[in-house]
Amino acid sequence: MSEVRQIDPRGPRFGAGITTVVLAAALVIGGTPGLALLGLQAVVFALGAGLGLSAQPYGWVYRTFVRPRLGPPAELEDERPPRFAQAVGLGFALVGLVGGVLDVWPVFFVATGFALAAALLNAAFGFCLGCEMYLLGQRLFGRRTAEASR
Amino acid sequence: MTGLWTLIVVVVVALGFGTYRRVTDGRGRAVTRATPVSEFEGELGEKATFVQFSSPVCAPCHATRRILGSLADERPGIAVVDVDVSERLDLAELHGVSRTPTVLVLDGAGVVRQRIVGAPTRVRALAALDEALAA
Repeated sequence: MSEVRQIDPRGPRFGAGITTVVLAAALVIGGTPGLALLGLQAVVFALGAGLGLSAQPYGWVYRTFVRPRLGPPAELEDERPPRFAQAVGLGFALVGLVGGVLDVWPVFFVATGFALAAALLNAAFGFCLGCEMYLLGQRLFGRRTAEASR
Repeated sequence: MTGLWTLIVVVVVALGFGTYRRVTDGRGRAVTRATPVSEFEGELGEKATFVQFSSPVCAPCHATRRILGSLADERPGIAVVDVDVSERLDLAELHGVSRTPTVLVLDGAGVVRQRIVGAPTRVRALAALDEALAA
């Protein structure tokens, strides 16, 4: 556990606030500009999931402009849960992008709506997506047989 | 227009769901099927045991572990067992755990008395412990 990167837990929550605004704007604007916004958000998700939260642009905004005004956090947090959430967000964003590009707009609205719901829950309630989805994922794609024999 | 409606529906549903979770999360519920379980033999506390199911991508699990640990330190005969579901998916399935953290409160005989889904506050964890001891 000790090698896992520790982060300020307020950073991802601040980022989820920006994500909420960007995704809400993408939904309301729609069309090609909405698709472009979703594309930008997908790049942000990809950076956060792939390279870690230190490479995530909203995290940079938080560390540069917000954190200096707040002072140090009460405690640090494992980076893996919010990184997992970024990966889930990326999944929804990619589905939405494919829907928009192929002109199947219901797919764009539904997928962007799910990503927005997750971001809003995180921003407003500190909702932990990994807590909800980890076991579900294990069951769907899991290594059940290998684990059961332990 | 579709986008605006999608936005409204998502905001209403998400805020409703979040509020519901905030109210119900982390509360102990009595378990009625009171047969002893054998999986945690040798790790049980004399009076009661918290069995916490955690996953690597679960931030509230750390806070929960700290709360349960401090309760166990304060009260004699209370043990805490941590189950990492990434290593023991079989135990998670056996106990029907669908999300983390989930905490089972066992009495001294190894019977599951309370089940807490979601991160409990210290007060709620203590309440579940007292219920389990009284059951």
